[in-house]
Amino acid sequence: MKHTVAILVEDLPGVMARVASLFTRRGFNIDSIAVGHSETPGVSRMTIIVNGDEQVLEQIMKQLNKLIDVIRVRDIPSDSIIERELVLVRVHVESLTVRSEIIQLVEIFKAKVVYVERNALTIEMSGDEEKINGLLNLLKPFGIREIVRTGMIAINKNSKNGLKP
Amino acid sequence: MELTGTEIIVECLKLEKVRVIFGIPGAAIMPLYDTFGKYEELPFKNVLSRHEQGAIHAADGYARATGEVGVCVVTSGPGATNLVTGLANAHMDSVPLVAITGQVPTAMVGNDAFQEVDITGITLPITKHNYIARKVEDLPLIMKEAFYIARTGRPGPVLIDLPKDVQLSKSNFNYPEKLNKRGYNPSYKGNLKQIKSAAIKIMNARKPIIIAGGGVINSKSSMELLKIVDKTNIPVVNTFMGLSSFPKNHPLFLGMLGMYGQYAANQSVSNADLIIALGTRFDDRITGNLNQFCRLTEIIHIDIDPAEIGKNIFAKIPIVGDLKYILQQLNNYLEEKKEDAWLTEINNIVEKDPSRKIENGSLLSSRFILESLNNFFAGEAIIVTDVGQHQMWAAHYAQVNFPRHFISSGGLGAMGFGFPAAIGAKIGCPEKQVICIAGDGGFQMNIQELATAIHNRLPIIVLLMNNGYLGMVRQLQELFCDKRYVSTLLAGNPDFVKVVESYGGIGYRVDKREEFMPILQEAHCKNEFVLIDCHIPQEENIFPLVKPDASINQMIGVD
Repeated sequence: MKHTVAILVEDLPGVMARVASLFTRRGFNIDSIAVGHSETPGVSRMTIIVNGDEQVLEQIMKQLNKLIDVIRVRDIPSDSIIERELVLVRVHVESLTVRSEIIQLVEIFKAKVVYVERNALTIEMSGDEEKINGLLNLLKPFGIREIVRTGMIAINKNSKNGLKP
Repeated sequence: MELTGTEIIVECLKLEKVRVIFGIPGAAIMPLYDTFGKYEELPFKNVLSRHEQGAIHAADGYARATGEVGVCVVTSGPGATNLVTGLANAHMDSVPLVAITGQVPTAMVGNDAFQEVDITGITLPITKHNYIARKVEDLPLIMKEAFYIARTGRPGPVLIDLPKDVQLSKSNFNYPEKLNKRGYNPSYKGNLKQIKSAAIKIMNARKPIIIAGGGVINSKSSMELLKIVDKTNIPVVNTFMGLSSFPKNHPLFLGMLGMYGQYAANQSVSNADLIIALGTRFDDRITGNLNQFCRLTEIIHIDIDPAEIGKNIFAKIPIVGDLKYILQQLNNYLEEKKEDAWLTEINNIVEKDPSRKIENGSLLSSRFILESLNNFFAGEAIIVTDVGQHQMWAAHYAQVNFPRHFISSGGLGAMGFGFPAAIGAKIGCPEKQVICIAGDGGFQMNIQELATAIHNRLPIIVLLMNNGYLGMVRQLQELFCDKRYVSTLLAGNPDFVKVVESYGGIGYRVDKREEFMPILQEAHCKNEFVLIDCHIPQEENIFPLVKPDASINQMIGVD
């Protein structure tokens, strides 16, 4: 089972290491991790995608809560999640026909071509897991040269369930 | 007035009412030690250990014996890495410690400087929290937080890494009065609804049992526990860490639970219909095979650490909070009860418990030594053990009547802990008789602390259970490896009496039963540091025991 955990942490050196060390030491699996500033100065927000059953999720949240620099931990249930990931992908372009084919796909997926070279297109897209995997699968046959992903970030649809320090 | 970083440290230690620090100086912590030297009257005792591991175990023993925060101060690099075992040990057993390590100057950090080591990185998973003090202005808050975090909630060790330039810089000193740590708010009051449901469960249970863990000692709840037991007649077992939380001579006390536990405890827990688990984490040494542990038993689990609830064992009624407060509340909702059928069943179990049967032998057995000790000190002494067979014998047989009178390395099982911990306990409780029980293997792992003990004229009695083997491992080799005694014979042991004498202490050797008591009496009268080298049978075994992966009611060594 995939779970999305939102965490508010003190914006201090070493906090990432504390969180990462906890996951390694307890044997929890991280699918992705994304960190950035939150709306509150001095507070960073992490989004961690983890795999495991309900009991594992409960342990992860409890263990995270025990870290002194962790302020809040909450999981975002799949039925009330807004999740996005930003991806940069460089695709091989063999010919002009291929190029227009790729550009068409990019338009259908509401992605964006951000750089054009004779033999390559660099595409920017954001979206949930389904959308990103969808476009990546379609681009694969053309030859993907590089993929850069930010990791998933997520927010609860319901503002009542928002995360405040 | 501006103070240097080191003066700030001393002032903070004073304000935290620290009575003693244990440590060894070195280049990177020189400024702090130098400041100690400038005080005409240092507000605390400064004890020089002979190895940093000895220092931190002593601070640990001090903390366990007194309930105060133990403090140790060491240098950077090897000084800091020598703390690792001690920190892990304190972390596992929830002991409040503050460890201060020197560090190379901030400008050199990261350059692989001489005696530089990333001690906060190394100790991340074995401290409750740790700090690098990067600016002298941060020091008061860091010190305040460190002591607060170490002693509150579930206690644990906190490390402060202190670069040399921060020690020497100056700043105004204001000790914060209150802390507002948004990421750290232990919950103390248990959920009242849950407490009421627990009370109903307990009143309805036909075969209830209490497992009292180390949390009872940390939360100072022994009286509250006793009140509930006397009201409800529910029998009590201890986890290893819980020993001394409940009087061993109480008629409803059934002994220690677990892999090396006592028969009565293991059987009673296995037959219970309700377990009331107090301040325990259901360690694998308690549960044995987890899938077979009390599958049909309902569990009320009370602990201050929410992460311990549901970690290993499902709890029907979880209650998070301070045990003392919760037990007081719980007691209000309990009525007098006595489950006669259950108590009769338990009496029948107790009759089969080998540890309740009188030992008939003529050898100088470990049990004989411990029972002689009981006759002499009547449960008044603080017993500090090392790790191994003697530790389990002590857990079974040493009489302990008061909380914090049984001190031992539980979770980590760190050989070498006992002797320095006894030094810390004695310094913390000078009015108490402190007995260190150690094996010949573990004692040699911190034997250098003889200098600390003897130089400070600490009248500790060390009972060395000398069988010439790493006895616990030898026993496992005997039982499970067809007696292939690989690397367990301690050939090359010194003459321990001479070793002690060379440090200026008193040593005795005992080989026979009848010699023991007179020598113990003589040792006690000396009121000096004494080691009694007891030559116990070489291949004595600790029984009963549960095989690894077996259920706790399948014990080997019960008729």
